[in-house]
Amino acid sequence: MAKSPDQEHPRKAFGWAARDKSGLLSPFHFSRRENGDEDVTIKILFCGVCHSDLHTAKNEWGFTNYPVVPGHEMVGTVMKVGSHVKKFKVGERVGVGVIVGSCKKCESCQQDLENYCPQTIFTYNSYYTDGTKTYGGYSDMIVVDERYVLRFPDNLPSEGGAPLLCAGITVYSPMKYYGMTEPGKHLGVAGLGGLGHVAVKMGKAFGLKVTVISSSPKKEAEAIERLGADSFLVTSEPAKMKAALGTMDFIIDTVSAVHPLFPLLGLLKLNGKLVTVGLPDKPLELPIFPLVLGRKLVGGSDIGGMKETQEMLDFCAKHGITADVEVIRMDYITTAMERLAKSDVRYRFVIDVANSLPQ
Amino acid sequence: MAMSLEGEHSVKAFGWAARDSSGHLSPFKFSRRATGEKDVTFTVLYCGICHSDLHNVKNEWGITSYPVVPGHEIVGVVTEVGTKVTKFKVGDKVGVGCMVGSCRSCANCKEDVENYCPKMIFTYGVKYYDGTTTYGGYSDIMVSDEHFVIKIPDNLPLDGGAPLLCAGITVYSPLKYYGLDKAGMHLGVVGLGGLGHMAVKFAKAMGLKVTVISTSPNKKKEAMDHLGADAFLISRNTEEMELAMGTMDGIIDTVSAVHALLPLIGLLKTNGKLVMVGAPEKPLELAVFPLLLGRKMVGGSGFGGMKETQEMIDFAAKHNIVADIEVIPMDYVNTAMERLLKADVKYRFVIDIANSLKPF
Repeated sequence: MAKSPDQEHPRKAFGWAARDKSGLLSPFHFSRRENGDEDVTIKILFCGVCHSDLHTAKNEWGFTNYPVVPGHEMVGTVMKVGSHVKKFKVGERVGVGVIVGSCKKCESCQQDLENYCPQTIFTYNSYYTDGTKTYGGYSDMIVVDERYVLRFPDNLPSEGGAPLLCAGITVYSPMKYYGMTEPGKHLGVAGLGGLGHVAVKMGKAFGLKVTVISSSPKKEAEAIERLGADSFLVTSEPAKMKAALGTMDFIIDTVSAVHPLFPLLGLLKLNGKLVTVGLPDKPLELPIFPLVLGRKLVGGSDIGGMKETQEMLDFCAKHGITADVEVIRMDYITTAMERLAKSDVRYRFVIDVANSLPQ
Repeated sequence: MAMSLEGEHSVKAFGWAARDSSGHLSPFKFSRRATGEKDVTFTVLYCGICHSDLHNVKNEWGITSYPVVPGHEIVGVVTEVGTKVTKFKVGDKVGVGCMVGSCRSCANCKEDVENYCPKMIFTYGVKYYDGTTTYGGYSDIMVSDEHFVIKIPDNLPLDGGAPLLCAGITVYSPLKYYGLDKAGMHLGVVGLGGLGHMAVKFAKAMGLKVTVISTSPNKKKEAMDHLGADAFLISRNTEEMELAMGTMDGIIDTVSAVHALLPLIGLLKTNGKLVMVGAPEKPLELAVFPLLLGRKMVGGSGFGGMKETQEMIDFAAKHNIVADIEVIPMDYVNTAMERLLKADVKYRFVIDIANSLKPF
């Protein structure tokens, strides 16, 4: 007979889980494995609320196995290290992001692209190598193989740094891969939420001209004055969209809802690249003529490997890039999820786990 | 009163044109400009029939102005050159492809991608710099600015070489641009027609492993024995398709009809590239998850600039690459169009203009 979650492993753990597709989270007792030779045990201090947490809690993608403890943007302190652990010591501040395991042998793993390994193990809602379910960062502690733990630079604050572990790497990786780091080039960022606002900050740090493309005019002042965007385009203003045709070298599309690609493709110059990092649950319509007539492309990107995630954290620490966050207590999570569904947050909720998750 | 087309220019010309959206072609008298100082005039010997010619004569894209003389895979022999022409002389074997003009001053023109110039002038069916309509290669003579004329190397047969001027460059350009030109890579080619068979030949010459992906099992033997493809997948055979998942560095998709992209994206390795060179007129469905989970991309490409077209012709000459063709007389063209519609040609019709285009 299968063991209950709190008896599956030797170390008691406590968090908040969703139990059905209402997505409502509530207290949940479970357990974590004993710290193995290559493992690091981490006391979780903060955990960002990613929109993927909401999609998963409500089973919007259709592959949730309840109960699920979400959370893959966590920062904490090392409590214990295994005998083979070289990179971390007790007391250090570390982060855990979207993945906690991979095969370590395939071509992707060997190229530090563990995120593209066919056997990637996700921080929550996956199965670990021992066959047990993985639980995420809306919890008091986690045990992780050192390969999938990030060192948190000293000058990077925990609250503002936590969302970088998913949102940050999700936009940083394609910006590097698709060549969006040449100063002077023009980047469009579609959608101004958790991913989008970090993309604006990183784009500016790379020396790009940045235009935010949004369906909502009310974010304009914020985008330009506070986030540093150079301009702001509202998709429902035809004259302005027309004037911007053929002006952008790249677009990072962070929008998760189904939306038209044709207007975005029109904004690209010859050889322009539209990179989609949002995850709509239905297919999008892809017009082919604009691709052929302008040698344009639509590409995807999915978080990043461990090496690149560390590089991203160090880059953000160097350039003073953090997410704009609203720190909340664990018991606010239901309201936070409702607000997140309406994009009512500037721009990431971060749960103060250590101070609000009672045993 | 509008001048009749015969008197529009000073040199009499003769060809076959479509006059309405039935697409039916018939003899047509018109005229070409006298050889300007930068122009090259040549007698047309052969002209390939591109599927775009068929789309155009039937106004399937909604942009056709009749009468239209199609043909943008044109080869012949130079009869006259303008006083400022430096690259060609009388007697040279030359060709003209999809364009005959561009602005020559924008960033794209300066970077030798005139095909992407916003003012690029197609070889037929559009307005030239002087306001007159351009007419294509289903005709006896061509006049073109020297910049848009290609030199055909002596060892390249003219009849089999003609289709390179559109089909050839249309697949060669993306193989280079998307980096799908390195020996040992694995390329998929979707659709085995004019474009597809050229993609197989070029990719094999570049040292790639090539898999043809087709809906027709009866093309398999031909693809492998004659064109040199390494493997052949029937797209409807889900078992075969599943076995091939994650094996290709790139795919050149030549299919113009609306079709499913998801199985093709599945065939790509991580970082793989699906390149569209056929242009369905309706959007295709793009499932985003597979693109993200493998960092894959879908890109497009549309023929190529003059420099690259010359490079492609020289590459073809060096590797003895020509199109597989069925040579036809001019008066077979309507039947050829009907057969083309049913993909009943291996793999390009080429009109023997010199021997069959008789003025009336």
